[in-house]
Amino acid sequence: MNKDTVMEPNAMQLPSERIVERSDLYSIKSSTVRTPDETPLPTRVKAREVSVFYGAKQALFDVSIDVPERAVTAFIGPSGCGKSTFLRCLNRMNDTIEGCRVTGRIELDGADVYDPQLDVVELRARVGMVFQKPNPFPKSIFENVAYGPRIHGLARNKTELEEIVVGSLKKASLFEEVKDRLHEPGTGLSGGQQQRLCIARAIAVSPEVILMDEPCSALDPIATAKIEELIDELRANYTIVIVTHSMQQAARVSQRTAFFHLGILVEEGPTETIFTGPREKRTQDYITGRFG
Amino acid sequence: MADVISPQPSRETDRSAERLKRIRDGLSSRHAREKRFRAYGLAAIGAALAFVAILFVMILSKGLPAFTQATMTLDVFFDPAIIKVEPKPVPQQGQSPAEFRRATLDWERQVTMVNWNRVVETAIKNAAPDMEVDTRQALSIVETNERFLLRDRFVADPGLLGKTIPVDMLGSANADNWLKGNIDRSLPDAQQQLSAPARALADKLLEEGKMRFAFASHIFTNVDSRSAPASAGLAGAFVGSLYMMLVVIVLAVPIGVASAVYLEEFAPKNRLTDLIEVNINNLAAVPSIVFGLLGAAVFINYFRLPLSAPLVGGLVLTLMTLPTIIIATRSALRAVPPSLRQAALGLGASRTQTVFHHVLPVTFPGILTATIIGVAQALGETAPLLLIGMNAFVAAVPATPLDQSTALPVQIYLWQGNENRNFFEARTSAAIIVLLGLMITLNAIAIFLRTRLERRS
Amino acid sequence: MNSAIVAVLLLVLMGLAYQIGWSRSHGVAPTGGRLHSRPNYHGALTAIWALVPALLVFGLWALFGDTASRAFIISNLPPEVSSLGGQELEGAIRRIRQIASGFGVVGETQPYENLAGQALREFQTFSFALVIAAAAGLGALALFAARRRIAPQLRARNEVERVVFFLLLACSAVAILTTVGIVASLLTEAIRFFTFVSPVDFFFGTVWNPRFSSVGAGSGEYGLLPLLWGTLMVATIAMLVALPIGLMTAIYLSQYAPAKVRNTVKPVVEILAGIPTIVYGFFALVTVGPFLAGIGQSLGLQIRATSAMTAGIVMGIMIIPFISSLSDDILRQVPRAMRDGSLGLGATQSETIKRVILPAALPGIVGAFLLAVSRAIGETMIVVLAAGNSPYLRLNLGEAVSTVTVTIVNQLTGDTDFASPQSLVAFALGLTLFAMTLVLNVVALYIVRRYREQYE
Repeated sequence: MNKDTVMEPNAMQLPSERIVERSDLYSIKSSTVRTPDETPLPTRVKAREVSVFYGAKQALFDVSIDVPERAVTAFIGPSGCGKSTFLRCLNRMNDTIEGCRVTGRIELDGADVYDPQLDVVELRARVGMVFQKPNPFPKSIFENVAYGPRIHGLARNKTELEEIVVGSLKKASLFEEVKDRLHEPGTGLSGGQQQRLCIARAIAVSPEVILMDEPCSALDPIATAKIEELIDELRANYTIVIVTHSMQQAARVSQRTAFFHLGILVEEGPTETIFTGPREKRTQDYITGRFG
Repeated sequence: MADVISPQPSRETDRSAERLKRIRDGLSSRHAREKRFRAYGLAAIGAALAFVAILFVMILSKGLPAFTQATMTLDVFFDPAIIKVEPKPVPQQGQSPAEFRRATLDWERQVTMVNWNRVVETAIKNAAPDMEVDTRQALSIVETNERFLLRDRFVADPGLLGKTIPVDMLGSANADNWLKGNIDRSLPDAQQQLSAPARALADKLLEEGKMRFAFASHIFTNVDSRSAPASAGLAGAFVGSLYMMLVVIVLAVPIGVASAVYLEEFAPKNRLTDLIEVNINNLAAVPSIVFGLLGAAVFINYFRLPLSAPLVGGLVLTLMTLPTIIIATRSALRAVPPSLRQAALGLGASRTQTVFHHVLPVTFPGILTATIIGVAQALGETAPLLLIGMNAFVAAVPATPLDQSTALPVQIYLWQGNENRNFFEARTSAAIIVLLGLMITLNAIAIFLRTRLERRS
Repeated sequence: MNSAIVAVLLLVLMGLAYQIGWSRSHGVAPTGGRLHSRPNYHGALTAIWALVPALLVFGLWALFGDTASRAFIISNLPPEVSSLGGQELEGAIRRIRQIASGFGVVGETQPYENLAGQALREFQTFSFALVIAAAAGLGALALFAARRRIAPQLRARNEVERVVFFLLLACSAVAILTTVGIVASLLTEAIRFFTFVSPVDFFFGTVWNPRFSSVGAGSGEYGLLPLLWGTLMVATIAMLVALPIGLMTAIYLSQYAPAKVRNTVKPVVEILAGIPTIVYGFFALVTVGPFLAGIGQSLGLQIRATSAMTAGIVMGIMIIPFISSLSDDILRQVPRAMRDGSLGLGATQSETIKRVILPAALPGIVGAFLLAVSRAIGETMIVVLAAGNSPYLRLNLGEAVSTVTVTIVNQLTGDTDFASPQSLVAFALGLTLFAMTLVLNVVALYIVRRYREQYE
């Protein structure tokens, strides 16, 4: 299964028939060290030479990566390495930061995300996001989950809306805990519950991709374990990208891992490869705790 | 083509497509709502900015013309035939100062009895010898107090008797209005304030260059006047305001800063501190007129301090601005990083030393800003001053803070109420320009000093 | 001259005491050991000790000096003069004071006047010398007492700091004293008013017609309701103008505007806040009033130039920056995460603002709103100039109205004798106004404070 003998992309053997066309990822000029999957999954999100600038300062340098469908991709790296910045490019959340400029190309199902014609509202409905700190709205639990479907007009009537809300809460494994107090404020829940509420809120819009920006960094170990379990379940239906500062978490929940350092995507590959046999020295140093 | 067709159950694909369709259907109206909302925001800002613009344009357009005024230069002959008085008394041996003063006053009374109007009238008629005007008409174009100014000149220098000197005289308010076109020139005689010959006289003097529009410096140097509106000035009100600002600076600033320092740096967390805090926040929102009532009841009625005195006004304004200064100083103190205090305390400095040697110097720009905010607020306040009698008509520059006086905003209030609307609308606007100019200067000084001080530290 | 001598004495005393304290503490410093407090604290403490008795002496003199010299003059007057009362006695005293000052008086002087003047002069010189000597002596005594206390272990710094602490505390107490003063003065005068007019007639009366004090105390009606009605009408119009414009301005500036626009527009809008209210009043009277009357005319409506509408609209303009800067602060306190959460779900910015940010900021905005209302009902000059002053209960916005504040000004300017209900009613009105704004302020401040704590 380990492919670390393959150094030259062109010499790579394609083990599966499921890939219709070979990714162009291996033909572009890049310093990133890549290890493909043994059985590659179809690509959902494709980034090519993405750079991000805050004013005159460059935060991200020519990042190219494919995000596979129905899998969890983890971005790891020391803080300030650009992993969250890159994540926020995927649904254009960086647009909301003044002075932020993105170059390069990001595609969702082949469509350019940064195309001026593209509606960012629709994009964000398709690429949902869960944030570092649980941020429930100051509304009831029900209204929190119903928020997305309401603004997007996803439910034709009240019953449909209730179905969506209950379904989302169930998928977020929160329903059992809150079914008796759906109309109490969401801010009254515990931290872990709040974060699951935020996940339910994101699921309610039925996005195709869910971006998670260090979703467990503000939670205790038990709550973290629950969220991780949930992420694992969600993988069956969603494409998930998770940014985490915890390598154990990346190892536990993800199938593929990308290591960022100083704004550069240093190495990416199957999670197992990254954690057991990284090919880059910097990756090795990081996962063994030399810096971080 | 990098897209990958994933094998999905068709039911799911349908649902996903339906979902996308619903989202897309709503998009255009949602974006329209977004645009509308944004437009409301812009409109609100536009309205707010428009109000600022309209206000300033209106004040400037009305007030700036008042800074020039119809002024004539006349050759005045101090005619001994009209001015028949004894020589001015000089101090005599064995005379007490009081007796000398009395003799001088007697002489001045004689001078006052002289028919100075005749002197003025002759000068006007000589300036336009070919105009047919009677005494009243001739005198109606010159400000009524010019005769007193001639008298004062004579009192100061009795040697003028028999001489002819050029004298600048202000045109009357009516003449000024007429010449500036503030009055519709086509109105019939009955509605004009000046008679037809007087209007013609004014026009002719202007045409011949004997009358001109000169900078009205007396707006700054004269006191208020009812009988001679054209010569009314702001000097009394200005000095009154100045005294009040001095009282505010001397009292409100030290007390305010001390209270802020106490509350922010020393106060223990207890009921009393809470009470003081709530109290100060509330005082800051108490209507200013209530402070006027306090001043009327306590300072005027109980302590029997004089009515209309800048000292009382200053005390009332001190109490009123105190909360503003305290709150602003506190926020300046709060902005000092705790690390600075910890560093000083860590080196063994006492709390007092820390505050006075380290914290206060850093907050100096903030305290300065707080002071100026407070002073500017006090400078523009009117209502409480009306209740302690500062709306009395005072035609003198107050010599001490205990003399009767008005203040700049009160002077604006008094002038806007003057019956001679045509003339005083411009005068009031001019006074407003002076007041706003002062406030803007204060703020500019604050900003300038603050940037300098902040750059230095 | 005299005050200069006093000032010099105090300065010399202070400087001397500081110097003595400073050098003495140096002197007592054990060789090799150390003082508890640095010498400058010893100096400051000695200076405080020396100044307090001297200041006390001067304070007593300032309070009772005049009474003493007056008593002295009267004792020197012949009985037929000193038994005179009122103005004549005052006149005699004034003449003698003038003679004593050397300025002299007009007319012949009586021999007794010259004698009394001479005596007064000597008395003044003597008493001034006595006061100076007493102040200097007591100051010196205290100075030496303080000097004797100086020892290496004397906690001079702590004592100085305690003095500073109590001075600071006393300054903070001024604010409390102000409130106490307001409440006490309003209450006492209002109670005096209620001896003329029953509170029921005042608070529930529907007719306001106080007449003039010359007519007598008993006539006149003091119904609060027409004034309250006018106040509410003007304040309501003001809030209808200020709330939408102020809030939308705050929303745009805090949520949409790039930093550059924000940094220019915000100060310009805040200029409106710095303009004195009398200027707004004049603006209303000269520009807005006639403009509204013109519009009314072209629409066939009767709008007076000075009316509830004129005053209300201009007051609204005045309050815009108040609402916008308070709301701006509050909106900016809503955590960014909340906003991101909504945007991340695909909400548009306006949806985010309307459905998430505004609800989250609602308590704070309500607080700001209440503070603005309190401001509107307490505002005086705009309504004095532009509301027209006609205290009747009627609904027409184009008609003149009168408010509580206008009436306070009307009743208390001119002749104030503090004995007639016509002027005392101003305090009853003031009390009503104070109570209303107090409730609004306390509630508003409480809400805003809770809101701030929520997001800190």
